Amino acid sequence: MTELTYVDAAHEALHEELTRDPDVWAIGEDLGRGGVFGQYRGLQSEFGSDRVVDAPISEACMLGAAVGAAMMGTRPVVEMRVSDFSLCATDELVNQAAKARYMFGGQSRVPLVVRKPFGMWRSSAAQHSQSLEAWYAHIPGLVVVTPAFPRDEKALLKAAIRCDDPVVFLEHKNLWSTSGDPGFDDPPAEIGRARIVRKGDALTIVSWSAALHDCLAAAATLASESSIEVEIIDLRTIWPWDLDTVLASAHRTRRILVVHEAVSVAGFGAEVVATVSERLFGRLVTPPKRLGAPRIPVSYSPTLEDQVRVNPARIVGTVKHMLAHE
Amino acid sequence: MQGKTKGMFSDGSDSPDQSLDHVFSMYRDMVRIRALETVAIEALEKGLIFGALHPYIGQEAIAAGVCANLRPEDVLLSTHRGHGHTLAKGADPKRMMLELFGRKGGYCQGKGGSMHIADFSAGMLGANGIVGANIQIAVGAAHAIKLRKEDKIVVCFFGDGAINRGPFLEGLNWAGIYGLPILFVCEDNAFAASTRTSTLTSGDGADARAKAMGIPSVVIDGNDVLETDRTAAALVEKARRDQPQLMVARTYRMYGHTATDPGHYRPMAEVEKNRKNDPVLRCRAHLVALGMDPEQLICTETDIMNEMKDAAASAAAGAWPTPEDAYADVQDIGSPVHRPFQ
Repeated sequence: MTELTYVDAAHEALHEELTRDPDVWAIGEDLGRGGVFGQYRGLQSEFGSDRVVDAPISEACMLGAAVGAAMMGTRPVVEMRVSDFSLCATDELVNQAAKARYMFGGQSRVPLVVRKPFGMWRSSAAQHSQSLEAWYAHIPGLVVVTPAFPRDEKALLKAAIRCDDPVVFLEHKNLWSTSGDPGFDDPPAEIGRARIVRKGDALTIVSWSAALHDCLAAAATLASESSIEVEIIDLRTIWPWDLDTVLASAHRTRRILVVHEAVSVAGFGAEVVATVSERLFGRLVTPPKRLGAPRIPVSYSPTLEDQVRVNPARIVGTVKHMLAHE
Repeated sequence: MQGKTKGMFSDGSDSPDQSLDHVFSMYRDMVRIRALETVAIEALEKGLIFGALHPYIGQEAIAAGVCANLRPEDVLLSTHRGHGHTLAKGADPKRMMLELFGRKGGYCQGKGGSMHIADFSAGMLGANGIVGANIQIAVGAAHAIKLRKEDKIVVCFFGDGAINRGPFLEGLNWAGIYGLPILFVCEDNAFAASTRTSTLTSGDGADARAKAMGIPSVVIDGNDVLETDRTAAALVEKARRDQPQLMVARTYRMYGHTATDPGHYRPMAEVEKNRKNDPVLRCRAHLVALGMDPEQLICTETDIMNEMKDAAASAAAGAWPTPEDAYADVQDIGSPVHRPFQ
């Protein structure tokens, strides 16, 4: 038996939801061809072109139409191809999907999922590489999900489809072919629940999506080379985020580092660090820290692109620096 | 106008019903819209209604004529200038007034106001503060209707200003490629906010653009409720057969862009000329010609005005939303709790 990959998990989740509920449908470019990453392969031939719908390159209309279709009782899953393209649908997400329930006084809900393959892929440059999860976390009304492992991808995509809120579902482009899970006996993921994927006492690292894998690699190096055991929390959802799990861990280790691929300035790490500082100011023994990208666009050339890439070596260096602080 | 052959309309006729009763019913709708807005504008001037209010006065024949051809289960998407569509689709003026006054029990619990008025129970899926955004929501609603094989249509109103936004192109294309049950209605009042639309629109406007995308289009005098009704009747029937349609209704705003905009950018002569083309006056004249007693029309207008004044008075006495209400209906997962500033 081969291990489930991230793309298989994504496929299984949608397949199961399309089978379970006739009101679930998917729309996006090239879905009939299986989608850009194969996450939709075979679904159109199985469920028909009216439920797995090929869309024109009209990102704004895809999302706007999904809002109307959700108001009418269906549960659309919108595929944005890569997250950067979904910026063409910002009004539809921010002013319409996120606001409709509230500004109409609860007369309607907008149960839609917008899937956004995101993040750096080798040499995809400034318009195909961004990580903008902090933007979405800032918008009241949205749920923001960022699975790092195949089992979480499956459980959370299914939960997102069943959720009555509009969900921004961020799937990192480097994760599609990955498999494995650090805790196979852990209960299935729920929206809003983080998971401790490595236990340790020296310091708490909070991360999510692809950057979490770099944190795991860094933790292995720290353990084997320096006997430093860090605790790693996979946040799994950015909004709502699991404050209790993060606070409990930081209270115990008394040190916290947030690692993400996104630009550090006003990234979601700032929210986590600010919150932990407000709650645990006297308890912490080192200043809490964020590790993210410098505030420059992503480049094409590998040597330039590497300037914005958080990697295990940088995480190791940051952890050692923090531990040397006191 | 009556015909009872195998025609295209649901009752088997070739022509829609334009009997005196039918025209009088549309007249009542028009008068109700005008009365509701007249009372609302007075309340705005007294500081009882807040924010921007975009009057529909002068365009009432379009909402009345189109909605006369809709069923309760049909769905309507509106614009920032949405009171007329909302009322004509069947909303309760008392709950509309409560919303405009920002009170509890308003359609949106005081969270939407004039610009986001909506009555989902009447199939009115919202006025929208973003020009053109409703076009895409409307095609999505129609897409869901088709997916679920339901027997209803969507009507989407928008203004002439919306045709220069992307959603007009993306939305009409969407309706065309998927063959959706939708009627688009462009209410061309000649002004996009305070700019004459023709000065900033390349080519021949909505009608030409729709036709270029394979969406049939008809241009009508939107101040003539009879023509609006007749045209809407025919186009609604086509929309019910999954043939998306556009109706361009020429009209004129009697107010500025908002109730507080004096509209000085419009020549007085033009405004005066259009006042003589008032759709309510034209419909009244038609009813009198059909044999209606002018006294009865005056009584109707008085009754309606009193109804709207009563609605405003009870709204002004309505309870305000509580601070806790601000935290309701944000979202299910990750919902905020009411935590006053510390």
